[in-house]
Amino acid sequence: MNSLLEFEPALREATLQTLVMVSVAVLFCVVFGMLLGSWLAITSPKGIAPAPVIHQALAAFANISRSIPFLILIVLLLPFTRFLVGSSIGTAAAIVPLVIGGTPYAARLVEAALLDVDPGLIEAAVTMGASPAQAVWKVYFPEAIPGLIRAFTVLAITMINFSAMAGAVGGGGLGDLAIRYGYQRFRLDVLAICCVILIVLVQLIQTTGNHLARHLDRR
Amino acid sequence: MLGLSGAGKSTLLRCIARLEKPDEGEIIVAGSDWTRLSTAALRHERGKMGVVFQQLHLLSSRTVTANISLPLELNGTPRAQIAPRVKELLEWFGIADKAKTYPAQLSGGQQQRVALARALATNPQVLLADEPTSALDPETRSSVLNTLRNIRDQLGVTILIITHDLYSAAAVCDTITVLEAGRVAESGPAQLLLESPTTEITRRLLANTESPRHTRPSPRHAHYEEVGQP
Repeated sequence: MNSLLEFEPALREATLQTLVMVSVAVLFCVVFGMLLGSWLAITSPKGIAPAPVIHQALAAFANISRSIPFLILIVLLLPFTRFLVGSSIGTAAAIVPLVIGGTPYAARLVEAALLDVDPGLIEAAVTMGASPAQAVWKVYFPEAIPGLIRAFTVLAITMINFSAMAGAVGGGGLGDLAIRYGYQRFRLDVLAICCVILIVLVQLIQTTGNHLARHLDRR
Repeated sequence: MLGLSGAGKSTLLRCIARLEKPDEGEIIVAGSDWTRLSTAALRHERGKMGVVFQQLHLLSSRTVTANISLPLELNGTPRAQIAPRVKELLEWFGIADKAKTYPAQLSGGQQQRVALARALATNPQVLLADEPTSALDPETRSSVLNTLRNIRDQLGVTILIITHDLYSAAAVCDTITVLEAGRVAESGPAQLLLESPTTEITRRLLANTESPRHTRPSPRHAHYEEVGQP
């Protein structure tokens, strides 16, 4: 049996792949999630500008894409991924389903964080002459920042979870390594070390997120 | 504007602040009818009325300075003019030393003053105050009432106070209007109304109020406290 040291380069590469996949995917999910989530929150019955039809349509879209199991979403998206990145295998190809699967999830988290802002603050801004856009930029977003940080922490951890399935499209990463070597070749030590690295990553993200949110929360 | 809970005080406040559009009638502020203005014109006119809410609604993410700047930022006042105006207000309200703190670090009375300073930032002609004294202890209450008196006398701002607290109304108001079930029960000079109430509701309000100097725990007093809850 080979020593665990032999796997060091593989582990290093897999960790890097996970980090790249997750950080790029989170970045896109944050951008798209903020757009979709703000729209959901603003049009919600409890929002600044309620618009039931738009809200229902957006909510249905977010729910449908969240109800498809991620592994199946990867397969369904293969043609789209090939069109977008030119290949349906590899780390870049794994990012596409991660972003598409993560965006509705991010949107729901953003919506919840925004709806947590006291509607009285918006009314106060309106009495000061705020336009709807000003109310969103000057009051809604700044007041929601701690909640948004917490939402993106949860998102990043979920993305690590999702990225483990990226092996299905040859995306690599720690989950892929754990399955191929740890499970299929009975290297329980490799499986264990992959899990340990994942645990450390998740802990790091959660702790950083908590600290940042607490630091920015002036309530 | 005096009345028990459910008398329609909050609805009236929301109409005057034009957070709601009344079905009929006019809301005339500084000569223009706020029920007839276009959205853009109304936004512009809003600088003429400052509103202080019962829960104050200070932004927790902004410092005291930034909170007071907000209405000026919203109406497009140039940055160079915002800083001196805010400084002036901080000094007038005696909170210059709190300029860089966040609302959560302030006492109830200090938060109240920040909210008043913010409402007055645009030099409004009218100040609308919703239950400005209800959540305060007696000492802070008289300090806030003093501040309101100074705003009226020194800054020449017309103040409309909406309250269930007859003591506060009697202490600062020139005119009192009593609301009951969404209608004006009676209205007149404060002194006259308090000395010779003509309606049952005013007599009830008077009976429910005790001078804060002689407060004693009694079932009646407990009821008086409850009325203030939103």
